[in-house]
Amino acid sequence: MRVGLFIPCYVDQFYPNAAIATLQLLEKLGCEVVYPQNQTCCGQPMANSGFEHLTHGCNELFIKNFDGFDYIVAPSGSCVLHVREHLHDEHDEAKAVDIRHKVYELTTFLTDILKVESLPARFPHKVGMHQSCHGQRGLKLSSMSELVAPAFSKPGSLLAMVKDIELIELNRVDECCGFGGTFCVAEEAVSSKMGKDRVADHLQHGAEYITGVDMSCLMHMEGILKRQGSNVKVMHIAEILNGVEN
Amino acid sequence: MNTGEKEHAELADVFNKDEARVDWHDETLWWIRAKRDRSVHQLPEWEDLRETASKIKFNVLSNLSGYLEQFEAQAKANGVTVHWAADAKEHNEIVHRLISEQGVTQMVKSKSMLTEECHLNEYLAEHGIEVIDSDLGERIVQLAKEPPSHIVLPCIHKKKEEIGDLFHKYLGTPSNMSDPQFLTETARQHLRETFLTRKVALTGVNFAVAETGEFVVCTNEGNADMGAHLANIHIACMGIEKLIPQRKHLGVFLRLLTRSATGQPITTYSSHFKKPREGQQMHIVLVDNGRSVQLGREDFRNSLKCIRCGACMNTCPVYRRSGGHSYHNAVAGPIGSILAPNLDMRQYADLPFASTLCGSCSNVCPVKIDIHDQLYKWRQVLVKEGYAPTVKKIGMQVMTTTLNSPGIYRTAGKLGRIVMRLAPFAVNNGLNPWYKHRDMPTPPKESFGEWYKKNRK
Repeated sequence: MRVGLFIPCYVDQFYPNAAIATLQLLEKLGCEVVYPQNQTCCGQPMANSGFEHLTHGCNELFIKNFDGFDYIVAPSGSCVLHVREHLHDEHDEAKAVDIRHKVYELTTFLTDILKVESLPARFPHKVGMHQSCHGQRGLKLSSMSELVAPAFSKPGSLLAMVKDIELIELNRVDECCGFGGTFCVAEEAVSSKMGKDRVADHLQHGAEYITGVDMSCLMHMEGILKRQGSNVKVMHIAEILNGVEN
Repeated sequence: MNTGEKEHAELADVFNKDEARVDWHDETLWWIRAKRDRSVHQLPEWEDLRETASKIKFNVLSNLSGYLEQFEAQAKANGVTVHWAADAKEHNEIVHRLISEQGVTQMVKSKSMLTEECHLNEYLAEHGIEVIDSDLGERIVQLAKEPPSHIVLPCIHKKKEEIGDLFHKYLGTPSNMSDPQFLTETARQHLRETFLTRKVALTGVNFAVAETGEFVVCTNEGNADMGAHLANIHIACMGIEKLIPQRKHLGVFLRLLTRSATGQPITTYSSHFKKPREGQQMHIVLVDNGRSVQLGREDFRNSLKCIRCGACMNTCPVYRRSGGHSYHNAVAGPIGSILAPNLDMRQYADLPFASTLCGSCSNVCPVKIDIHDQLYKWRQVLVKEGYAPTVKKIGMQVMTTTLNSPGIYRTAGKLGRIVMRLAPFAVNNGLNPWYKHRDMPTPPKESFGEWYKKNRK
């Protein structure tokens, strides 16, 4: 199985450990993983700001980089959702559609395609799982508190395979952290208040780490934790599932 | 709405100056959202009900002119006078004329967000007519000379102590009296006097039935009934999208409305009006005010399915932390942010951006409006129509140029990380809105791309 590794721009630049863990984890599980080195960004920052018409270049690059793989996997629900919903090719739309169907968020790829049932990981800490909205409500990674439907969680089922991990409960199971792409600066006041409240819920329940499928939400919460002088760390779920303990 | 030229972000910033108050506002609304969750989880058929309601409303929107004609014919046959208003101005003029014809200068009104949208109270005040809002929450904000901050809970932003002060000032209650029971009883006596002496009563309409020409008004206080039953003339104002095809469909909507709004199984009073009682006049004003334009916008037509339950506001993490007034529009929150730009793109260009697109609004919506997807689509429309600030346009262009070229991207990334490491003050300063309440990430020595080149190739 040839997997194209799609690493979002800000993960590439700021959180290489999340990317390395994703790569190692996929390799550990038997995938042939290739990282196309000319990738940049999926174009989501422009699109969510109303500038979808400026994303042609990013789309072209994405298609050029990821054409021909069996699957494309990324450690980000948000970027995958953007590609799934908005990747187009004005010359060859069929190709874009093909890629849209082949792109997977990491935890879904593990549960739905690789059908992982056990992992050799250990993480002896109290961990809070942040449900990132685009992954949860957009890609349906977990059940949503608003809907009358059976409960499930793809990332949760993977974390349950990790030895000695203690997952904490939250008062608000799936409240948004307030990152929201350019929202975090355009609406700084509300964004940071949302982040503070989200972090407080985790802290109140004794989290030592906050994890999730989207590094962007975690980056936002990390910024708040650091400002508060907290020892609580954020860590992408790939790093926990890969068994790397920092 | 008197918020001047200020936009959502600035108004939200002001609201956030008092963090304790933001916490209180957020928790109050979250409590209602949680009550809604408990209430809907009692119905295993909840998602089927939502789907059914959504389809009924889709049918209505697809055949709106036919249903409107049917409704008009039935209502007329029932002895009701039907008026058509193309916009807010026509609506206000019709209502004014009907009041003037009675030779009175006072009117009692039950809650109607349509009249808020049309700024009816202000219009009538300019023409020497006093309107008393009879919904308790609306009466409170009326006394405070403020617009409602929520479509179902108009004074949710006010604490009971503040209401006590208002009642002391206007209704003569003792000072520092904030006992809700006492204040409610005071309001009850005050409004009873109003109901008994007003000759004209105006109500909103929650659902109008095309098949029968009747309409339903839902209140928890019975104030619509009190007003309409005691007045000589009952004026009901409705947006043209309030129609449902048949009486049997009411069962679906009445079950959905209040569970979504407040978590109650059903509204306390669901009052059915069909024909005027003897000696009474009944008028219905059917108002377009931009609705047919929205119907013509394919991407946004579904917003007209809205039954005004307010669930999207209660669940919206941004609304809860920015307050209803920050939306500077009669209908606040996520649904208001879709409806407002239809009325005036320039004035409300900021609203579709006042969201993280978390999607909770779409999930609670009882008629399954794709609210967060429409917010995304409005952003594209507004930018294309030229309503993006210049700074943002330039920033997006620079970002696009950088991301379109892997070479520039790599160089810029590397430079950026070096600057952040060696000269953190260049980014950690007051010009960086991120830095105001959050630290910047610690830049790593190498990017993943650089690591990969060394370790895998």
